[in-house]
Amino acid sequence: MSELFHRKIERTAIGFVVAIIAAASVGGIVEIAPLFTIPDTVEEAPDMRLYTPLELAGRDIYVREGCYACHSQMIRTLSDEVERYGPYSLAVESKYDHPMLWGSKRTGPDLARVGGKYSDFWHVAHLSNPRDVVPESNMPAYAFLARTPLRMDDLGLRLAALRAVGVPYTDDMIENAAADAYGQATPDSSYSEGVTGRYGEKTQISAFDGVTTNVTEMDALVAYLQVLGRLTDVAYGRTAASEQAPDPDQ
Amino acid sequence: MIAQLTSSERQYSAVILILLLMAGIAMAALGKADALGVQGVIVLLYSGVLLAFVLSSIDKPEPSEDRQANYYDDPIKVGIVLSMVWAVFGMFMGVWVAAQLAWPNLAFDAAWSTFGRMRPAHTTGVIFGFGGNALIATSFHVVQRTSRTRLAGQLSPWFVLMGYNLFCLLAVSGYFIGITQSKEYAEAEWYADLWLVIVWVTYLVLYIRTLARRKEPHIYVANWYFMAFIVVVAMLHIVNNLAVPVSWGHAKSYTIWPGVQDAMVQWWYGHNAVAFFLTAGFLGMMYYYLPKRAGRPIFSYRLSILSFWGITFFYMWAGSHHLHYTALPHWVQNLGMTFSVMLLVPSWASAGNALLTLNGAWHKVRDDATLRFMMVAAVFYGLSTFEGSFLAIRPVNSLSHYTDWTVGHVHAGALGWVALITFGSLYTLVPALWKRERMYSAALVEVHFWLALAGTLIYVFAMWNSGIIQGLMWRTYTEDNALAYSFVDSLLAMYPYYIARAFGGLLFLLGTIVGCYNIWMTVRMAPVTAQDHADLPDRRAAPGIAPSPAE
Repeated sequence: MSELFHRKIERTAIGFVVAIIAAASVGGIVEIAPLFTIPDTVEEAPDMRLYTPLELAGRDIYVREGCYACHSQMIRTLSDEVERYGPYSLAVESKYDHPMLWGSKRTGPDLARVGGKYSDFWHVAHLSNPRDVVPESNMPAYAFLARTPLRMDDLGLRLAALRAVGVPYTDDMIENAAADAYGQATPDSSYSEGVTGRYGEKTQISAFDGVTTNVTEMDALVAYLQVLGRLTDVAYGRTAASEQAPDPDQ
Repeated sequence: MIAQLTSSERQYSAVILILLLMAGIAMAALGKADALGVQGVIVLLYSGVLLAFVLSSIDKPEPSEDRQANYYDDPIKVGIVLSMVWAVFGMFMGVWVAAQLAWPNLAFDAAWSTFGRMRPAHTTGVIFGFGGNALIATSFHVVQRTSRTRLAGQLSPWFVLMGYNLFCLLAVSGYFIGITQSKEYAEAEWYADLWLVIVWVTYLVLYIRTLARRKEPHIYVANWYFMAFIVVVAMLHIVNNLAVPVSWGHAKSYTIWPGVQDAMVQWWYGHNAVAFFLTAGFLGMMYYYLPKRAGRPIFSYRLSILSFWGITFFYMWAGSHHLHYTALPHWVQNLGMTFSVMLLVPSWASAGNALLTLNGAWHKVRDDATLRFMMVAAVFYGLSTFEGSFLAIRPVNSLSHYTDWTVGHVHAGALGWVALITFGSLYTLVPALWKRERMYSAALVEVHFWLALAGTLIYVFAMWNSGIIQGLMWRTYTEDNALAYSFVDSLLAMYPYYIARAFGGLLFLLGTIVGCYNIWMTVRMAPVTAQDHADLPDRRAAPGIAPSPAE
C-alpha cells in the first residue's frame, strides 16, 4: 500500500520536493522554536553587562582569527570540567553573543572563564609567541596583533548592528564607541571615566598591551580575553551539582 | 564550450557577466579600505576573465540545429576538472594545517597562514570545492541519463557551476584576509551567502525542469537524493546565515541568532550539512554509479524508500547531539540523542542496499579498483554512521566531545565515504564522458586506491587513539581526588598522533594527485570509443511537452 503511494509520489517532481520540505522541516521547528518561548531556556542575570566597544573589537578579532577552532567557551556540566575551568557555563552568559563561540574542539583549553586568570602582561607575551611562556604549546604566534593599530572609526556601526539583532546598546554607547575604546585602553585619559559610566564600575581600564600611546588589536583581544566569564557572577551562585563522568568500573 | 550556445545565449551570458562585473565594482567602491573591497576586486577579476572568454568566441558559428539530440556534457566536464583542482588545494591545506599542529612554526609568523584562518580554507576547499563541484557535475550527469533527456537549459548549468565556484572562491580567499562568520562550515559572509542563494535557486529550478522533461514515468532513486540535497541545503543555508551586516561597506556581519539559540541553529545546520551535503548528495552518486559499474540492479527498491525518508526525517533532529552537557536545555539534548540512535536504521539500510547490490559481482570488486573504491566507501559509510550514532549517546559524548575522536569520526566519513565514492564515480564517469574506452591507466587507479585507503586508516587510527587518550586524561583523578593531568600534559601526549595524522593525510593527498594525472592523461591519450548510440536522449516527446526546434 505504502509502496503504491510512493510509486505515485515519485512520478511528480514538484510533489516530491514538497514532501521533502515537509519531512525535513519538523525536526528543526520542534527543537528551535521552543527555545524562544520557554522562559527557563535562558536564566535571569540582572547584573549582566554588555561588551564594551574595545572588548567587542577584541571579540571580532577572536572570530576573525578562528580562535574558536581550537578553544571552546562552554564548560560542560561534568565535575572534571568544573574543577579544571570553573562553574559550568549558563545560557545567559552568552545571551549577548552574536554568534556564540561555544566551539567544538579543544586543541587548547576552554576559555569561558579565562578572564582574570592571567595578567595582561602574560597574555601579551603568550599571544606574541606562546612557546615563550608555555614551551610545549602548539598555538600559532600572534605577534602581528601588537603591530596592527585597531580600527576604531566603525565601532559605532558595529554596536548599532548588534542593537539591530537585539543587544541593548544605547544611543549614548553607540555615539561614544570610538572614544570608549580609546579610553578603556588608555588609563588616566579623560575618556576613561565615560567607559565606566556607561558600562559599569567593574569595567577593566588598562593599557592592555603595556603601551598607552596607541590602541592596537592586541589591546582589544586582551581586553576581550580578560572579560570572558566576568560579564555576570550568576554562574558562581548556582548550587546545582555537576555530574560525575560515568565510571566504567561501576 | 561556447560553440554549444546560440548567439543570443552568448549575449545573455555577456550581460550577466557585465552585471556581475558591476557588482564587483560596487563592492570594491563601497568596501574601500575594508576587506569587502578586496572581495569586490576578486568578483571583478573573476567576471572579467569569464567575460573576455565569452567575448572572444561570441562570433563563432551557431551550434547545429540538433544539439537537443545530445546530452549536455560540457558543464559536467568543467565541473569534474574544477572538483579535482579544489581537491588538491583543499587536501594540501589539510596536510599543512595538520603539520602545523605538530610543528607550529610552519605558520611562518604571518597572519594568513595561522591555523585559525587556514582551517576553514581546508574544510571549505574539500567540502564545498571538491565535494560541491563533484555533486553538481554528477547530478547533471545522472539526471540526464536517468531521465533520458537533455538538461532543461543551455545557460543555467553554466551559471550554476561558475556561480558556485565564485562563492567558493570568495569564501576561501576571505578566510585568508580575515573574513569569517565563525559558524563552522558556514564561515562565508553575508554577500557570498546571498550570492549562493541565487545560484542555488537556479540549480533547483534547473533540476526540477529537467526532471519534468523526463521520458521515464518514475524519478530514479538517485535523483531523490540529489533533490533532497538541493532543497534541504537551501533551507539550512538561509536560516543559519540570517545576519545583519555592519554596513553596506563591511564584509563583517552579526548573526541574528543569540547565544543558546545560535548554538542550536548552528548545529542544526552543521549536522545537516553532513546529512544533506555529505550524505544525501553522495548517496545519489552511489545509487547511480555503483550499480552501473557493477552491472547489477539496486538490491531493493523498498530499502531505498525506507532509507531515503528515514534520512530526510530523522537527520534534522540530530544536530543537538553536538551540544551534550552544554547550556542547551536537557530536553533538546535528549531529542538529539534519541534521533541520532534511530538514524542508524536508515543509514545501514542504505549501506546494506549498496553492498547487497554487489552480490554476484564480487569478482569485479576484486579485479576493478574503481568498483572497489565504491565498495569500500559503502563500508566506511556504514562504519561512520554507526560511530556517529554511538558518539551521540550522552555518556559516550562526555568522553569524545572536544577531542580528536570527533575529528577522526568526521574524516572516516569525509575521506572513507565521501572522497572514495567520489573517486569511484569519477573513474566511472570520466571515460564515459570523454568517450574513452577506459581510464588511461588501471594500475594508477589501483595505486590511488591503496594510497587513499592507507591514508584514511592511518588518519583515523591516529585520531581514535589521540582522542580517547585526551578524553581519559582530562577526567582522570588521583587517589587524593585531584585532577591527575594538566591540560599541557594532555597536549604533550598528542604530538606523536598529530605527526601520524599529517602523514596519513599526505598519503591521501598523493593519491589524489595520482588521480588528477590519470584523469588528465585519460582525456588526452586514452583510446577513443566508437560512438555509443545508446547514450543519447530519448527523442520521443515527453507527455505534455511539445518538441520545439527553437529550444
